[in-house]
Amino acid sequence: MAMSSSPMLPHHILTVLVENKPGVLSRVAGLFSRRGFNIFSLAVSPTEDERFSRITMVVDAESAPLEQIVKQLNKLIPVIKITELSPTEAVEREMMLVTVKASAELRSHVTELTAIFESKIVDVGYDAMTIMVAGEPDKLDAFSDLVRPFGIVELQRTGRVALPKLARQPVRLRAVKSATRT
Amino acid sequence: MKMTGAQALIKSLEMEGVEVMFGLPGGAILPVYDPLIDSSIRHILVRHEQGAGHMASGYAHVTGRPGVAMVTSGPAATNIVTALCDAYMDSVPMVVITGQVPYAVIGTDAFQECDTVGITMPVTKHNWLITDANDIPRIVREAFHVATTGRPGPVLVDVPKDIANQEMDWYWPESVDLPGYKPTVRGHAKQVKDAARLINQSNRPVIYAGGGILKARAAETLRELAELTGIHVVTTLMARGAFPDDHELCLGMPGMHGNYTAITAMQQADLLIALGSRFDDRVTGKVSAFAPDAKIIHVDIDPAELGKVRRPDVPIVGDCRAVIEELVKAVRTEQHKHGKPDLGEWDAQLTAWRTEHPISYEQQEGDTLKPQYCIEALCANTPDDTIVVSGVGQHQMWTSQLWRFNHPYTWVNSGGLGTMGYAVPAAVGAKVGQPERMVWAVDGDGCFQMTAQELVTAAAERIPVKIAIMNNAYLGMVRQWQELFYEERYSEVYLSPDLPDYVKWAEAMGCVGLRVDTPEDVVPAIEKANQINDRPVVIDFRVDYREKVYPMVPAGASNDDVILGPETDKEAGR
Repeated sequence: MAMSSSPMLPHHILTVLVENKPGVLSRVAGLFSRRGFNIFSLAVSPTEDERFSRITMVVDAESAPLEQIVKQLNKLIPVIKITELSPTEAVEREMMLVTVKASAELRSHVTELTAIFESKIVDVGYDAMTIMVAGEPDKLDAFSDLVRPFGIVELQRTGRVALPKLARQPVRLRAVKSATRT
Repeated sequence: MKMTGAQALIKSLEMEGVEVMFGLPGGAILPVYDPLIDSSIRHILVRHEQGAGHMASGYAHVTGRPGVAMVTSGPAATNIVTALCDAYMDSVPMVVITGQVPYAVIGTDAFQECDTVGITMPVTKHNWLITDANDIPRIVREAFHVATTGRPGPVLVDVPKDIANQEMDWYWPESVDLPGYKPTVRGHAKQVKDAARLINQSNRPVIYAGGGILKARAAETLRELAELTGIHVVTTLMARGAFPDDHELCLGMPGMHGNYTAITAMQQADLLIALGSRFDDRVTGKVSAFAPDAKIIHVDIDPAELGKVRRPDVPIVGDCRAVIEELVKAVRTEQHKHGKPDLGEWDAQLTAWRTEHPISYEQQEGDTLKPQYCIEALCANTPDDTIVVSGVGQHQMWTSQLWRFNHPYTWVNSGGLGTMGYAVPAAVGAKVGQPERMVWAVDGDGCFQMTAQELVTAAAERIPVKIAIMNNAYLGMVRQWQELFYEERYSEVYLSPDLPDYVKWAEAMGCVGLRVDTPEDVVPAIEKANQINDRPVVIDFRVDYREKVYPMVPAGASNDDVILGPETDKEAGR
């Protein structure tokens, strides 16, 4: 399994519902390496039902046809369901922690950027601070680009999680519902 | 009823109808071997764990029931990995039980500990590490279900020693609950109809039958489809016997060492009806040049095979027998409505190719013994339903080419993985599964040396298999490639005809050993071997090392560039 940080190449998001049992992640990861598929990012978490976990993975569509990846994944016994989310039909979010060099005189610049991105300073040292950014993956890319000139000490991203966008049909009914919710 | 995990395991195997298992005990599996003494299950004590795996495979091939093997932890588990991978590639239903160090010490690098579940994950359909004795009946039930349904395959159950000793309350689960495992059996009705229409519109169709036909027990249904449509059938290495070789519609084996007609018929077909076959590289040659004009109907129970190598025009997921039965009905309807397509010209072409390019070799009197002659003589001097098992290499290809297979489940070999040493243990397993039938292994001298020790098992257990060694003193297939593609630079392929002395070796293992040097002695030796039924027989056929397997499509070449024999070989400048 090759992991790459930025999915610049054509990619797909798969959410894979699996049985919450030991070794399941290893089966999924092993399948990818054995079949020569590439994973960009991977996030695993328990779901609303404790018997299942959800694996959200961004896969490289050029290493193998998506159809073959999905079919092979489906053959794993603990895999219950696979949903492909195209970026236009999904809400995707990711979180990043980044430690940026920020001496006393530069600190305000970094703070300003943090505010613009509606991010949070989670730790401050003498000449560096750690910021948490959450949001769409593009936003994380933009933030890391902007702080790079200050000097990035360390950076870690969670890999994205995604859920399908909710259907808005029929229009009128849904509009009322979402209006009451917000 | 209270019992130990070990007792529950043996009882679960009995509940699954296991009659025979192949294995070898050791530290971690000791608790499970104890209740075996009181069980109805016959245990065959092997001499190497790989042998247990291949025996289970041979048994499964000829009976259709899952083969069962049981070995201990660590080195025993790693020894059976080859057999698991072999069975995985050839979709053979197998259940392997391994001992494991006590659950409490897993991860501490305990004596004979290895990560069996981790190691075997990529070579099993599924595997389980048991962490509670109460799970044993459920997991055994699931293991047999997974191994035998859908696309069959090997599974492994890893049993830690303390779990085997743990007390549990016996139960037997009514059903299997695996929410992530629901194989599709019935084909999609519309797809079947589309396939029937395509079949009825084609003028150069070929049925490309694979091992899935045998797994689905669909040989008779296949015959019905072929006879109804008049379409010729190629049978791949894994499907030899799925359609009778003596049938006028049988074209024999396609692929790298297939016959000219089978290869070329597929190349020039306008429709390939792939039934339980998987477009293996040994069949297709260069994929981009394979059957360029053919539309594809692809029937397979494993959806991942559809479109993996070649995109089908009509994909049908389902069990081969169920789908072919529906297909037969749908084709009848089509024929009723539109009449049958005219295949006359195509049939004439196939007949012409068959006459023009038969598989050939020459055995002259006084000349060195030819392996092909030995194999043909063996076929001619054994009952029609003899089970033939082979290892991997030249002898395997000659046997597949020259044997007349007229019954399903009479051919057992290692196709996908190409496991040298498969023949002897697989023959033992086959004979255990079909004790009334004659079982012959055609083996190479290189292969034989890898697993011959299982003849000790066979002699001890009175399993009278017969082994014909095509002793050409070389790793013959490697030699053939070095001769053709490495300018006759023979690197590490010579084995010697006399070392070991196969006759003495056979006798030391409790078998009868015979040696044949000349064509005249071939048939008498076979007849003598056929009469021995109280112990295994080994015949050391001293054959001509210069013989090569033809036809041959060089690796990576297009199937249009088949080399027919030494003559065209020279013309091609090779």
